[in-house]
Amino acid sequence: MREYLLGNVAIAKGLLEAGMGLAAGYPGTPSSEIVESLVDLKGDLPLHVEWSVNEKVALEVAIGASWTGTRSAATMKHVGLNVAADPFMTLAYLGVGAGLVIISADDPYCHSSQNEQDSRRYAQFASVPCLDPADPQEAKDMARYGFDLSERFSVPVILRPTTRVSHSRADVEVGATRRAEKDPKFIKNPGRRVSLPVHVRPLHTELLRKHKEIEAALESVPWNHLELAGEHGIIASGIAGLYAEEAIRDLDLDMSLLRIGTTPAPSALIARMLEHVSSVLVVEELEPVLEEQVQRVALSIKPEVEILGKESHIPREGELDFLAARNAVARREELDLRPAKAIAGAKMILPPRPPSLCPGCSHRAAYYAMRKAFGKNAVYPSDIGCYTMAVGMDTVDTCLCMGASITAATGIRLGGETAPICCSLGDSTFLHSGLTGLLNAAYNKARITVTILDNSTTAMTGHQPHPGTGFTATGEASVEISLEDVCRALGAGMVETVDPYQLEDTIAGFKRARDFEGLSVVIARQACVIRARRSGAARKMYAVNQDCAGCKLCVDFGCPAVEFDGQKARINSLCTGCGVCAQICPASAIQEVRK
Amino acid sequence: MKTSECDIVIVGVGGQGVILISDVIGRAAVKAGKPVRGAETHGMAQRGGSVINHTRIGCRYSPMVASGGADVLLALEPAEALRFGHFLSREGTALINTVPVLPVTVTTGTASYPSLQEIMDLLREECGDVRAIEATALARQAGTAQAMNVVMLGALSRFIPLPEELLLEALSEVVPPKYLEANRRAFMLGKAEVE
Ligand code: SF4
Ligand code: SF4
Repeated sequence: MREYLLGNVAIAKGLLEAGMGLAAGYPGTPSSEIVESLVDLKGDLPLHVEWSVNEKVALEVAIGASWTGTRSAATMKHVGLNVAADPFMTLAYLGVGAGLVIISADDPYCHSSQNEQDSRRYAQFASVPCLDPADPQEAKDMARYGFDLSERFSVPVILRPTTRVSHSRADVEVGATRRAEKDPKFIKNPGRRVSLPVHVRPLHTELLRKHKEIEAALESVPWNHLELAGEHGIIASGIAGLYAEEAIRDLDLDMSLLRIGTTPAPSALIARMLEHVSSVLVVEELEPVLEEQVQRVALSIKPEVEILGKESHIPREGELDFLAARNAVARREELDLRPAKAIAGAKMILPPRPPSLCPGCSHRAAYYAMRKAFGKNAVYPSDIGCYTMAVGMDTVDTCLCMGASITAATGIRLGGETAPICCSLGDSTFLHSGLTGLLNAAYNKARITVTILDNSTTAMTGHQPHPGTGFTATGEASVEISLEDVCRALGAGMVETVDPYQLEDTIAGFKRARDFEGLSVVIARQACVIRARRSGAARKMYAVNQDCAGCKLCVDFGCPAVEFDGQKARINSLCTGCGVCAQICPASAIQEVRK
Repeated sequence: MKTSECDIVIVGVGGQGVILISDVIGRAAVKAGKPVRGAETHGMAQRGGSVINHTRIGCRYSPMVASGGADVLLALEPAEALRFGHFLSREGTALINTVPVLPVTVTTGTASYPSLQEIMDLLREECGDVRAIEATALARQAGTAQAMNVVMLGALSRFIPLPEELLLEALSEVVPPKYLEANRRAFMLGKAEVE
């Protein structure tokens, strides 16, 4: 049956077609919909689906399941693999039990990420294969095939969709789901499960041998496809292969084309291409992974062949598209370029529309209060989440990676900064990788204030639950972790809980934390407004009356529901009734109104 | 060689229902037995930022429409029509909802919002067929302002190679049953606007 599917939904279907029995992930754009779709599609299948606390945990859970004979998958965004790199690198040596597929979704152009690292490099680093789909159909088929490959060679397999695969849609042919194997059992095998030096030395040798065999096996997969034609050729990987193919059709050219969907690419196919052509253009997004392999093959069989790529025709940063591929090919063939269009004058008159915190978002209120209490000379390390969008409020001085707010704050203090330091991170980020940082700050006596912006969800990635919410990925009730208890247990000397919608109390809470001689924690707790709306919480409405003096204090607060007409403020229909602007207005001109 | 039968770019602001429109088109295309590709905006931009959605009917290649290649630009918000106007081909059609959504840069007074006239004039220099649609008002007339996106879908239906009954069938799969009637009315009102 054909369905119009989002890439990530197609991947979930592929995992189910493979009879996977366990999936664990941590939310991260562009990967989050995979676990969410598995929850939707699970039905009565014998399948455990979880949001893990972080990516390292997710991968280790998946590894345990694999060693127990259950096909398993771990899902994450590309930078999540950095967090999971520790188990990942050694797993390659130890090997899997039942098939294990790691889905690491890359984000060329950083649509929603802090960097654009290329997961294929990780695959090379660990000597494991990586599947690089061009579209949702390939992503689904590769997800299923990944388990066979993983089992055949006893290695984990990376599936690396990019944003334009995970978040694209296409008509996809779907197959039947399979039930996971019955009665899995952990079989003891210390030689392959215990990473003692004496065990891993031969396993490294074995891995390197397997890597060669894997490359040979990948020669016959349908995603590595050679079409010989003219004496100029293109070798292109993943979605860039689709762009290159469209470029050839668009320009009506007679070029040879080798499309590659795996890392390593089969050297034999590359060799056949090189023997046929005098010149090749290598088209791939981000790192020259494929190009380097083409160069190596050329060196051994046909050094005179011209190889064009990252140096001259294809950028190494950002994402490619059809036009970039088309123009690279056109330039190679000395044909007319097709410049990207621009509307003259549009930029001049268009107001920027950056993403921003929602109307009524409690983070805005918490940051407002934080800034009031700590002042402009304080240092404000921040973290990864919706709140990073508040960078214009002067309370986001750093954002590096998950959890680095607390640790960077610690270093800023212990490195010698004497100004007040108030760092902030969300509840989900805190549970992901803030715990160790807080413990370290307590242990090493960093006098800082840590603010947990607790909106009881993982908001940025689409509102996934976590251990502080009391629910699992599948909606089952579970333990509800108390952030206050956790912080005290980790050594915080003072823990304050405030409701950011109560501005005065929140400012007072921040001041007490600021004045505390030691490690203080402020938990600013208020539900994310999107969650609150979905759960049907009653909504108030506010309006500005004739007492408005036009001082713009409420406008400067930055809620998108407050507008200024040049004279007076006005509240538009986006208002979610948080009431914070009313507490800011010195003229008491903002009042609750009946709807 | 032409690599796509019909290229559509749908733009707006996070939360306006851009994805629903392309979902309906894509499903209808599958029902019609045509290959179809689409690309969406998820993640950070959904928080009140600009969103763009590409849909290519009768296409097996890139999920994104090329700059200057769109047969139709469907804009749920006028400033976004201009922001993404460069996608429009000279022979294409722009369908634009007239009601602005002010970005924070405007509400806080750091930038100003252009007039509808300015927006239309600049777009008309790019392409001959630029049409304003009072989609928000029509949606209210249909019973719910929420259905503004479906009014626009109705207008779009006249410009794409898919039969109306398949679009309506797909629509009934993606909107909750209790809103289906209002949404069908919205679709018809949108269609009538461009006829
Ligand atoms: S989604 Fe929730 S947390 Fe994120 S900006 Fe909106 S209200 Fe704030
Ligand atoms: S009450 Fe004020 S601050 Fe809160 S959502 Fe409404 S306009 Fe924005």
